[in-house]
Amino acid sequence: MTTPLIETKNVTRTLAGAVPVTLVKNIDFAVQSGEFIAITGPSGSGKSSLMYLLGLLDVPSEGDVILLGESTRSLDENRRAALRLANIGFVFQFHFLLPEFTVLDNVMLPMQALGRLTTAEQRARASALLASLGLANHINKRPEQLSGGERQRVAIARALANEPALILADEPTGNLDTAASEQVITILKDIAGSDQRSVIIVTHDLSLAARANRRVNIIDGQIDSKIVSKN
Amino acid sequence: MNLVLHIALTHVISRVRQTLVGVMGIATGVGCSIMMAGLMEGSQIDFIRQLVDSIPHVSVSDEKRDPSVQPSERHFASVQFHNLSSETERRGFKNPYAVLADLEEWLPGAVTPSVQTKALLRSGTRDTAASLIGIDPHREAHVSKLATQMKAGTLDSLFKASNAVILGDTLAERLGVGVGSSITLMATSGAPILARIVGLSHSGIRQIDDNQAVTLIKTAQVLAGKTALLNEFRIRVDDVMSSRDIAARVEKQTGYKAVSWQEAHEDILSAFQIRNVIMFMVVGAILLVASFGTYNIISTITHEKARDIAIMKSLGLREQTVRRIFVLESAIIGVIGIFFGWLLGYALCIIMGLIEFKSFMTDMTHLPILYSPRHYAIAGGVALASSLLAGFLPARKAASVQPVEIIRGAS
Repeated sequence: MTTPLIETKNVTRTLAGAVPVTLVKNIDFAVQSGEFIAITGPSGSGKSSLMYLLGLLDVPSEGDVILLGESTRSLDENRRAALRLANIGFVFQFHFLLPEFTVLDNVMLPMQALGRLTTAEQRARASALLASLGLANHINKRPEQLSGGERQRVAIARALANEPALILADEPTGNLDTAASEQVITILKDIAGSDQRSVIIVTHDLSLAARANRRVNIIDGQIDSKIVSKN
Repeated sequence: MNLVLHIALTHVISRVRQTLVGVMGIATGVGCSIMMAGLMEGSQIDFIRQLVDSIPHVSVSDEKRDPSVQPSERHFASVQFHNLSSETERRGFKNPYAVLADLEEWLPGAVTPSVQTKALLRSGTRDTAASLIGIDPHREAHVSKLATQMKAGTLDSLFKASNAVILGDTLAERLGVGVGSSITLMATSGAPILARIVGLSHSGIRQIDDNQAVTLIKTAQVLAGKTALLNEFRIRVDDVMSSRDIAARVEKQTGYKAVSWQEAHEDILSAFQIRNVIMFMVVGAILLVASFGTYNIISTITHEKARDIAIMKSLGLREQTVRRIFVLESAIIGVIGIFFGWLLGYALCIIMGLIEFKSFMTDMTHLPILYSPRHYAIAGGVALASSLLAGFLPARKAASVQPVEIIRGAS
């Protein structure tokens, strides 16, 4: 059996306070390369919290998240940031593009931070990514000049900038109309299918979840064993 | 372009109004600091320059720094005597020309003997006390600027009449006399003499112009009633600031009290020191206030940019990188502000230098301004340091943001 791209081992996340709140509990979950997984569940069930843990944005209170065979539990914030930068791409419900920067600059930003490519190579790669997502004519525009669907495609291009092994998308179609949603889901599915990247989307839209290879349902912070389905 | 510089420049350029406010705050602080420093130090240097031009750099008198031990004390140390007359010591230097020759061997400058005494000047019914100096006009040019400070007549005029005298211009004014007038000079000992005014001097220092009378050595000796009296060596040194050290060496060598111009005007120099401390405190306060503006701007930017910071961190930018972005923004605002502050400071100095101004202590007509690169460097350095600190504090806070908290709140 191949090593999972990412897996959680008995992960629990509890927010401390006068009344501690458990966001997710005892999550055991593994993702293989090339998988397209949908995490579903009602609002407040812990879907996004799980995604933040998988994306190394949050640290489990118990258990461990293992990325590419490396335990991340004891890593400091700088090492976690470096792992995120090289291996994980994020797409959020709101595009979260930097408003003062052009579309091209936004896509180049992770490449600049990683520093593996020259500026010319970064520019060429960002342009190619944007062209592949149908945004070739928008590279010098600012995010505010784009439609919601276009912005989200720019966010996808930014997530792909450093060729990460894992794309995490949190309600990526939450703010889009049906046509734009369809476009985004198709792109994400293509990414998983053609590039052998793993894509995990968090959604409460079951019709979108049905497009994934696998659906994991979260109820009250735990995996609902009844609905861990392979589509 | 470097990522940190790219983001910092974009933030600064896209927030023109905030950037301008920050730049103007720093520019005003730097400009005012340069003007204040130039004005304060300029007036101080101008005053000191006039002072050292008008008085000997070192004045050696025939006194001892520690009073002589009385004969009774020498012989009966265990007994205290009261109301004894002190041992009579002859006034003036012993072997003055031998002492003079010894000093001339090593002194980096010039020395001249003179007679220093107090005199009462009378013209008609007007009396006034003055400090009377008996000089050698030929040597005087080497130790003072008196020759160039003559408002009427010359130093050599002293040779043109018996008992000739040169008065400070305001002293002459008080007595109501001018060149050609006759006045009576009286000392505590010796007979009164009738003197003729052959010149008027003007040093620019009120204390001197109002109180100084100059005669030939011989005239002063006659007035003091001691024909061979020489009771002062007046020394002018090449390096004015070394006067204190030279005075100490002269005193050690001759045994006579040698007073440098710094010691003679310790009170004024102390006042200048206090004034400088106040100046630097005020300048520091101005720049500190300017840095609050920068702090406010960077705080506002980091507050407004909390979501962007969270996104950048979620993408994988490290805390140090985020911190550097905002510190660099602060530095950019600081550097631009410093540049314009330098221009403003220079312009203010020129404007202040054009203002007509009268002082009761000196006769300057315009505010003296010192144009020193040091002022620009200090103001720029302090402004940059305070800008960096003002940027660092909010940047540190911004960099410690947990992205998940912001993203969770924004979703």
